[in-house]
Amino acid sequence: MASSLYRLVRKIREINHRYSKPHIVMSRGVKLALMALRVYLLLLVGLFVYKFILILS
Amino acid sequence: MNLFSKLYYKFRKYWKAIQLYLVIAGPGLVVMVADNDAGGITTYAATGAKYGYNLIWFLLILIPVAYYVQEMTVRLGAVTKRGHAEAIFDGFGAFWGWFSLIDLMIVDWLTLVTEFIGMTAALRIFGVPPWLTVAGVVALMGTIVLNGRYWTWEKIALLFCALNLIYIPGAFIIHPAVSDILREGLIPNFPGGFNGELFFFLMANIGTTIAPWMLFFQQSAVVDKGMLEKDIPWGKFDTFLGSLLTVIVAIFIVVVTGTILKGVDIDSASQAAEQLLKTNHYVGTFMAVGLFDAGLLGAICISLASSWAFGEIFGWAHSLNTKIKEAPWFYASYFLTLITAGLVVLIPGAPLVLITLFVQVIAVTLLPAALVFLILLLNDEKHMGEYCNTLTDNLIGGFIVVVIVILSTLYGISVMFPSLFQ
Repeated sequence: MASSLYRLVRKIREINHRYSKPHIVMSRGVKLALMALRVYLLLLVGLFVYKFILILS
Repeated sequence: MNLFSKLYYKFRKYWKAIQLYLVIAGPGLVVMVADNDAGGITTYAATGAKYGYNLIWFLLILIPVAYYVQEMTVRLGAVTKRGHAEAIFDGFGAFWGWFSLIDLMIVDWLTLVTEFIGMTAALRIFGVPPWLTVAGVVALMGTIVLNGRYWTWEKIALLFCALNLIYIPGAFIIHPAVSDILREGLIPNFPGGFNGELFFFLMANIGTTIAPWMLFFQQSAVVDKGMLEKDIPWGKFDTFLGSLLTVIVAIFIVVVTGTILKGVDIDSASQAAEQLLKTNHYVGTFMAVGLFDAGLLGAICISLASSWAFGEIFGWAHSLNTKIKEAPWFYASYFLTLITAGLVVLIPGAPLVLITLFVQVIAVTLLPAALVFLILLLNDEKHMGEYCNTLTDNLIGGFIVVVIVILSTLYGISVMFPSLFQ
């Protein structure tokens, strides 16, 4: 069990290393799109949290 | 050359084209028809029951929408030889890669639960207990994938796609007035005015037409099938035919429920089937059989979409052309997803309605990201070369993506805060 978990962690590290840098050309348009996506997801997460608090209260 | 020689020459030419298409056909047709999954059938049945034929024009608009989005996955898969998950990891790095992969895993698993809900509800109408449906489906799907050939899997999936057409004879049996369908359905209109409820239905129809798993599934299927750049035109045709079929099936479902159940509030397709059974035994049976088939097709594709994505990233052998010994992790993840999703449906008092709603909310986080990545990857000249998006592609694709993102987001929000759209 412990060795399987260790192998998984090692594999994830290897994947993180392999894809550490984006290979797409980071033009201004791409950067802008990714930034918009980040903002969108943050807003969505904010809504989820708000809904969660509403359910709890 | 006499007339017969000319006719024979033309026949040979077209026959060869058909033979070639039959070799390439598959990913586009399967993904598009599987898009009419259990959730999709419920949406269309409810749309018909609520608004009659009045929203058929809107379904027709969804043909190019579905085509333009899915066509991009064909090009991306055939040129890069990578699935969508791997393409995101490679193109945008580990952060966006893990975000997409984990999100896909959650969305797929939840959607798979909804497929089992649909399948068990459909067969319960015929007296089949849910445990038997789940066991039978897992056994059937295991048999389909364990034969060790993509080709065989695909042809079996196409057979189930053909069964999805069962709604068409169902619509002919009830003899709807064609003049009414043409008059009410083909002219754009908003029955009862553009209110919150109608907007919810429009968003639900879009949400069910483009699902995140479809992007991942078709691109991985194109890679597993071994499609090359020269096959792209046929892949596009396959996708177009699929998008046409999926909307035709949706229209026939709307016609069935719009003719018999107009004015009845429908919560699920199985409820629609039960109501139809009271009016016409054959149509009700067709609806139930179609619902089971839709759930099965959805399950076949969704479970594979996750397994392919994990295989691509973790470097496991991940092809249907491999035996279980050669790709143990690929098949293990496939069965784990399938069996756990099936078991959830069997848990007494499981929050199945909540799961169904949760799918739409979680899908909203993945769909925009996957679509944005798709457009950006298609503009990467270094990898895509001559198959890169043109300005026209970007204008059409970009417009569709923006509209889908806005509407699917509003749909997700409306599921979380229903009072906003009343």
